[in-house]
Amino acid sequence: MRKLVMAAAALAASLALGATAIAQEKLKVGFIYVGPVGDFGWSYQHDQGRLALEKKFGAKIETSYLENVPENDSERSIEQLARSGHKLIFTTSFGFMEPTLKVAKKFPDVKFEHATGFKQAPNVATYAAKFHEGRYIIGQIAGKMTKTNTVGYIVSFPIPEVIAGINAFMLGAQSVNPNLKVKIVWVNTWFDPGKEADAAKALLAQGADILVQHTDSAAAMQEAEKAGKHAFGQASDMIKFGPKAQYTSIVDDWSAYYIGRVQAALDGTWKSGDVWGGLAQDMVHMAAYTNLPDDVKKMAEETQAAIKSGKLNPFKGPILKQDGTEVVKAGENLADKDILSMNWYVKGVDDKIPQ
Amino acid sequence: MRIDLEPRGAPSRMLEILAPVAAFAVALLIGGLVVWLLGKSPVRAFQVYFVEPLTQGWSLQEIAVKAAPLALIATGLAFCFRANVWNIGAEGQFIVGGAIGGWIGLLTHGGAGQGVLGSWWILPAMLIAGALAGAAYAMIPALLRVRLGVSEILTSLMLVYVAELWLDYMVRGPWKDPKGFNFPVTVTFDSSATLPLLVEGGRLHAGVLLALVAVAVATVIFARSLFGFEVRLVGAAPRAARFAGFSEKRLAVAVLAISGAAAGLAGIAEVSGQIGQLQTSISPGYGFTAIIVAFLGRLSPPGILVAALVLALTYIGGEGAQIALKLPLDMTKAFQGVLLMCVLAADVFTRYRVRIVTGGRA
Repeated sequence: MRKLVMAAAALAASLALGATAIAQEKLKVGFIYVGPVGDFGWSYQHDQGRLALEKKFGAKIETSYLENVPENDSERSIEQLARSGHKLIFTTSFGFMEPTLKVAKKFPDVKFEHATGFKQAPNVATYAAKFHEGRYIIGQIAGKMTKTNTVGYIVSFPIPEVIAGINAFMLGAQSVNPNLKVKIVWVNTWFDPGKEADAAKALLAQGADILVQHTDSAAAMQEAEKAGKHAFGQASDMIKFGPKAQYTSIVDDWSAYYIGRVQAALDGTWKSGDVWGGLAQDMVHMAAYTNLPDDVKKMAEETQAAIKSGKLNPFKGPILKQDGTEVVKAGENLADKDILSMNWYVKGVDDKIPQ
Repeated sequence: MRIDLEPRGAPSRMLEILAPVAAFAVALLIGGLVVWLLGKSPVRAFQVYFVEPLTQGWSLQEIAVKAAPLALIATGLAFCFRANVWNIGAEGQFIVGGAIGGWIGLLTHGGAGQGVLGSWWILPAMLIAGALAGAAYAMIPALLRVRLGVSEILTSLMLVYVAELWLDYMVRGPWKDPKGFNFPVTVTFDSSATLPLLVEGGRLHAGVLLALVAVAVATVIFARSLFGFEVRLVGAAPRAARFAGFSEKRLAVAVLAISGAAAGLAGIAEVSGQIGQLQTSISPGYGFTAIIVAFLGRLSPPGILVAALVLALTYIGGEGAQIALKLPLDMTKAFQGVLLMCVLAADVFTRYRVRIVTGGRA
């Protein structure tokens, strides 16, 4: 019994000591995730970014996260991080926009970073990734590799990021294969392995020999692997779910951005702003090109290098809408704001945007 | 050997008070053990989970904000459940109430349609519209039950999905913020369409008062009114109620209307007071959680209030535990489950006596 009491006292003392030491030096960095960290998709990738921070900064920072936070009840969770001494807080889903702004107003000395939003404040920066750059590349690969000229495309919600992804994919595909058709299935979820698997099966049954997904689970990849077909992964590298099926994955890599922002906060140079990074910033990262013949692999690598260097813009003109009206003339690029608010398809997409 | 549960007749007052306390203590022991196995200090966990949220002004406000919709919906559900009407669709009524009430906020955004009236009427209109819409939505299962004999358990549950998809459609389409880069959110409400805060700079909004009023009114109705008696009688002894001249059908419609209105009111209070705009989803499952709250509170309004507060505390404390102790969210959820199990088990032990019968017939 006495041993137990002494152990408890020692524990309490060490806790108290630890607490005062932390309060002095460490920068506390908080994260709000919309999904579970184990989803192997969106939230998982943000958590990889958090782990990269811990590795890089070690004892200089302390990180915490709240996972599975419902977007419609997130203000309290964000405030809880701000109140518990976190001075830099990443809110990593679009739906956290208004709550983030509200909490930021109450805590002017706390810095906030909101992913994929469009409203900034002096202490709220926004950041997002040009996933469509990766989608242009996989469009080209699909255009070369399909034998049935039919690609199945599983999508979550009709928000601009997803629409722009479909368009970039189509433009990439058309640049090498004008006959490619996409079949689109809206599953109305970011993460539901059951639904995604059903959509994948249906698309394969309709003659698709390549699956593309803009949802987060590995279900489609697994279905493609089972059927002996091919697929592209999304959010994280899904090669272990489809060692024979995966051509590549479009990986969200937030590490570099997070490290830069934490460094800025530590240096006192943090400023609000809006960052939209792509392949060049390594925010969008292509997993290794696998199961491809050398010439296609070479083409993909060249396209990736061209986009990275700025030589190639996936949304370069001329671009025609579905009905044939011209949006961008030859020699010009589509403006960023038009990509960020995209709600139309390019010519050749045989689908109607759900309204 | 076998174990028998014998009804105790009327459980003693003492036991009724002690049972939840004992349940809480057992849940704490189990939770503490798990925390200890995870290599963290159970004492610190207890502190973060249950003590700290109760010692700070802001977290007390948060508990009230989280408990309010639960208490309001559960109070409405108590009418249904007491009368043996199984409204499982409060989530849907919550959504429809929030959406229709919020629609008025959208229509009047930026001073539109206010004319000479000014803007004083907007909030009351939103609240009334929310309650009416919730009640109207509950009328679908009510009419299907009394006219066609369809089970309201199924219909009310199915209508939750209809409501969710309808709101999703409206926010992606007609109600979308025109300046919102095509993202599925509406404009944020003007201050004339936002429930006022009770504490400057805090989060406690006037919707919390609605829950308190509902609990008080329901307490009086159950204790003092003929209608309260009717609800209980029809639920407990339908045959006797028929002899007394009470109509089961009329009552089913009435209690569904009441619970629908309560859920709808909770919905618009949440939208106007907490969220401040319409989104594709406006409820983290309040309508379903409220069913648990109703039963934890033993279908009595004051009990429901306590149950809602305790459940709210576990949410806030759970987040604190994630931050301060790096305990996973799953731990919080597991603990909530353990707590519910213990409370229900304690309930059984207060109403039944456990007897171990040895020998006896095979």
